[in-house]
Amino acid sequence: MAAFSVARSSCGFLSGLRVSFRSLAQVKHGAVAASVPQTSLLRDSRWYSVSHLSVKERIDKKRKAALIGGGQKRIDAQHKRGKLTARERVELLLDPDSFVETDMFVEHRCSDFGMEQDRNKFPGDSVVTGRGRINGRLVYVFSQDFTVFGGSLSGAHAQKICKIMDQAMTVGAPVIGLNDSGGARIQEGVESLAGYADIFLRNVMASGVVPQISLIMGPCAGGAVYSPALTDFTFMVKDTSYLFITGPDVVKSVTNEDVTQEELGGAKTHTSVSGVAHHAFENDVEALLNLREIPPPFRECHDPSDRLVPSLDTIVPFESTKAYDMLDIIQAIVDEREFFEIMPNYAKNIVVGFARMNGRTVGIVGNQPKVASGCLDINSSVKGARFVRFCDAFNIPIITFVDVPGFLPGTAQEYGGIIRHGAKLLFAFAEATVPKITIITRKAYGGAYDVMSSKHLRGDVNYAWPSAEVAVMGAKGAVQIIFRGKDNQAEAEAEYVEKFANPFPAAVRGFVDDIIEPSTTRRKICRDLDVLASKKQVNPWKKHANIPL
Amino acid sequence: MAAHSLSPSLYRLLFAVKYASLHSRCCAVHKKAQYSTIYNPSEKTFEKILIANRGEIACRVIKTCKKMGIKTVAVHSDVDSSAVHAKMADEAVCVGPAPTSKSYLNMDAIMDAIRTTGAQAVHPGYGFLSENKEFAKRLAAEGVTFIGPDTHAIQAMGDKIESKLIAKAAKVNTIPGFDGVVKTAEEAVKIAQDIGYPVMIKASAGGGGKGMRIAWNDEETREGFRFSSQEAASSFGDDRLLIEKYIDNPRHIEIQVLADKHGNALWLNERECSIQRRNQKVVEEAPSTFLDSVTRQAMGEQAVQLAKAVQYSSAGTVEFLVDSKKNFYFLEMNTRLQVEHPITECITGLDLVEQMIRVAKGYRLQHKQEDIPINGWAIESRVYAEDPYKSFGLPSIGRLSQYHEPLNLSNVRVDSGIQEGSDISIYYDPMISKLVTYGATRSEALARMEDALDNYVIRGVTHNIPLLREIITHPRFISGDISTNFLPEVYPDGFKGHQLEADTRRELLASAAALYITAQLRSQRFLGELRVSSSPVECNHWELCVELGEQRHVLEITKSGNVYTVEVDGGEVEVSGQWDLASPLLPLTINSTHKMLQCLSRDASGNIVLQYLGTSFQVRVLSKLAAELNSYMPEKVPEDTSSILRSPMPGTMVAVSVKPGDTVAEGQEICVIEAMKMQNSLTAVKQAKVKSVHCKPGDTVGEGDLLVELE
Repeated sequence: MAAFSVARSSCGFLSGLRVSFRSLAQVKHGAVAASVPQTSLLRDSRWYSVSHLSVKERIDKKRKAALIGGGQKRIDAQHKRGKLTARERVELLLDPDSFVETDMFVEHRCSDFGMEQDRNKFPGDSVVTGRGRINGRLVYVFSQDFTVFGGSLSGAHAQKICKIMDQAMTVGAPVIGLNDSGGARIQEGVESLAGYADIFLRNVMASGVVPQISLIMGPCAGGAVYSPALTDFTFMVKDTSYLFITGPDVVKSVTNEDVTQEELGGAKTHTSVSGVAHHAFENDVEALLNLREIPPPFRECHDPSDRLVPSLDTIVPFESTKAYDMLDIIQAIVDEREFFEIMPNYAKNIVVGFARMNGRTVGIVGNQPKVASGCLDINSSVKGARFVRFCDAFNIPIITFVDVPGFLPGTAQEYGGIIRHGAKLLFAFAEATVPKITIITRKAYGGAYDVMSSKHLRGDVNYAWPSAEVAVMGAKGAVQIIFRGKDNQAEAEAEYVEKFANPFPAAVRGFVDDIIEPSTTRRKICRDLDVLASKKQVNPWKKHANIPL
Repeated sequence: MAAHSLSPSLYRLLFAVKYASLHSRCCAVHKKAQYSTIYNPSEKTFEKILIANRGEIACRVIKTCKKMGIKTVAVHSDVDSSAVHAKMADEAVCVGPAPTSKSYLNMDAIMDAIRTTGAQAVHPGYGFLSENKEFAKRLAAEGVTFIGPDTHAIQAMGDKIESKLIAKAAKVNTIPGFDGVVKTAEEAVKIAQDIGYPVMIKASAGGGGKGMRIAWNDEETREGFRFSSQEAASSFGDDRLLIEKYIDNPRHIEIQVLADKHGNALWLNERECSIQRRNQKVVEEAPSTFLDSVTRQAMGEQAVQLAKAVQYSSAGTVEFLVDSKKNFYFLEMNTRLQVEHPITECITGLDLVEQMIRVAKGYRLQHKQEDIPINGWAIESRVYAEDPYKSFGLPSIGRLSQYHEPLNLSNVRVDSGIQEGSDISIYYDPMISKLVTYGATRSEALARMEDALDNYVIRGVTHNIPLLREIITHPRFISGDISTNFLPEVYPDGFKGHQLEADTRRELLASAAALYITAQLRSQRFLGELRVSSSPVECNHWELCVELGEQRHVLEITKSGNVYTVEVDGGEVEVSGQWDLASPLLPLTINSTHKMLQCLSRDASGNIVLQYLGTSFQVRVLSKLAAELNSYMPEKVPEDTSSILRSPMPGTMVAVSVKPGDTVAEGQEICVIEAMKMQNSLTAVKQAKVKSVHCKPGDTVGEGDLLVELE
């Protein structure tokens, strides 16, 4: 209270002129210092006192102030950068008039470096928090306000975020974070760091309890990046968002590398090279409109569940060395050809994403024969594993399309730890207790066959198409081992193909439940999902499993 | 087993019963665009026919064979192993790899297939080996019947100069011109002056517009002579030229003839094929609006004279050019079944393939000239996998991800050889199908064609339905005022798609907005249990911003039941429908008129692509708020990463299909890399010229290696 009254009394002397916030480029990433004005001019004052205004008037005034955040000038600057303000974003993301704001009156508590001055206080501080609805469904949202101290994270800012996360967990609603922040509030020092840690802890506690989605809509640097990294999905906006531990300046001084912000941590880097982000959108408006559809909920469906898909009967090429597009299969099978692909540009040899089957949300995992023959490597294993675990955590059935020639050989893979990373995907599939349906479209070779949601890993329904080949390896390699020294290798190869390059060896052992006509796949999956809706399976009690991280 | 042990005659009797019942139905409703003639099962015919073709014509022939109880053998290339024609036939034989020269033109392989399957006759379809006298000779040598004319007729009509001489001798009107080979440029000028300008100089061995020049004066004649002889020499290895009068603004009208081996010949009326692009037919109709019965009879009789002159047997086509005064001139004779034969079948009721088979077996024609009717009107649109916005159609390739033919409509016949999931590949003709509609009158047939085009669902490849629909609804086409120059005259700056008028624009905007709201409302209808109950927003009035092209429109929409009332640009549009969001077709009632739209795509960002009046239009529907905020979004310049092709994976180069200086089209294969025993085709992202190539077949390449640079 003391600080508050001091600030108020000083108002008479120092009426605040808000100097427009210095452009972020000049500030080191990872932390933001609010530029505190030293001059005093009698303009744009926030002059008020108890004696002149009633409580009601003060409430109105504060609310008004909260609504314009850092002021019109900074809002204009934000727009000029092609970005929307925190409130505009919330308004666009949520159903009209559904936003219920919390903590509009919260202000920061810093009293150093002139921060205690009234003109440096902004009702609500640098984040807008609350709850709202998306197509009628409840979500909790926080949206960092770049116009207030560059969206920097103060203790109060963190406290606001923590509050809505706690509420979301109690009621079981998703949390959506719209990140646009320069970093820690330097004036607050350790309090800001504590604030980050409080959020991290809640991210971890909420993980697997409620879905958490981060949309990076501006800078997000330093320690701040770990909050999005802990959430289930991280989306970015092209050209206006960055994620990195340290900015280009620090990189230059430490490793002497010349790199731009965009190259270091832009949307393209993270969606195609690092795999940190799951999808990138063109701009704020597209990102927010698309976010309304992720992940797709179980809803009314117009696509008949018994629809036959004749085009699938000819999709797998005659020659087993020829590629085809797994996305063609997925789109033809799912409801209304709607497939929301996660990480479409990273580790493209595996395809993961959400779709609906007869209205029901499903997670789809498929090897992509079009890219690197659909083999499993480090990146694709990790990409697949994370997605499978998300689906399992939130009771989303998993449908797996298998055409995998094996794990990618090579020193790069072995030194990179393909054993460790490949094990993640194996672990994820084995551990998952949601309905699991697997369709072997063509190759299922070696260890990769086991990994890809096989019967042995508790697959509920495993189908093979007539083109399926389940074997330890391809014919050529196998023949060299089995018939070593035999003169007529071609004949031996033919014998092997005759025996193994078909679905029978797996089917006679019950490792696939049925060999189905590809055109009936959709119909069969929809029926199985109906039955499996009541599936109950529990893993042995444990504190937690130890996935090979 | 029982069927096998039946005696052939009993077997045929069974067929007779089966088809008699079918026949009665066909006769009652000739509307079905079926044949009125009935196959006579007591007539002995071939037991097994091989069809030396692919695609729709192979399927077409197989259909008739099945009707006649003849076993069929299909030949196919390796990429066609699961093609429709290969599956339809009783037996299928692979005759080689994808390129036509190694498969469908591979006579040795086809002869082998005939021997192994024991086929007694071969139907060649059109194209490929259909007019190849060598093939006909080889068949004859092995005692296999060629279902087509004799070799001498093929030969006589195959050469432009010879055919013209024969035609002239048979008293067929020919284009005034010089009958012999022109030796020098000066001789050409002299001849040209005798005939009178304009004249056409063309290669004797030519076809498809190659080696053809039009000259309007002496100078152009000399130049044309030089160019044409060079082109003829390089294209056909034969530099013989001929000169004839050039007929300005002609119509292309052809007469279908049918002749047997006993000297009988009939003319089965005409087909109007004037709508062409680059000398290829696009829309055909029978009969022609232009011919009167006197001209028709004159043309028909001349065609029959010509057929008799070369002792023609089987079905053939005599092509004429007809000028504005109804003077007609012999152009050439096609000694095969034409692509556009279905329209003749529709108006005459004859099954031409059946007649060809009968004739080949040696039977006499069943009909007399006076038996040949003109019943109603038939129109054929050739549906191609082509981009009509590029010189009226440049081939496109791809996989038919969705494909539904409008066969639910009556009086529609679709001849196709593909199905959902088929690939339109670079190896073969990009024709998707022949869409034929039939009606008692021309306007009936045209109206049905409009419906059929609107109901035709093709996804995965670019197609020419926008162009077809514009042609058949164009006032000049409707009035019959057409010539072979129709397309360049009507669209001098190239085809640009349907141009919306104020009212159709409003209808499109209203439909898009209504579709958008339907999808939005559906998003709120959750199934299953939610932990937190949902509270859908009750709303029946919306304000939306819809962008179409450069223009933005503000729409006010009110919903009651399935009916949306949309206020747009000062007008009111009422849209209602079933609103099935899964269906590619969007049947709507707009201002109490039924319209068939198609929804090509719809995304969460509000982008909707609708096909309306044949053309696809992209609109963006945004809420008022989103539109307002969207104005802050910067315009983005698309990044150009398309000019460098890097290896996406380590592997071995199998093939490099380009060399520096080549021009590649978007989607064209540049090279093939084999990795993990899989062949991966790398394609051009844009149309460009190849700047440099950094790899050759057999090279081992690493991931990220530079392969090809484009300009």
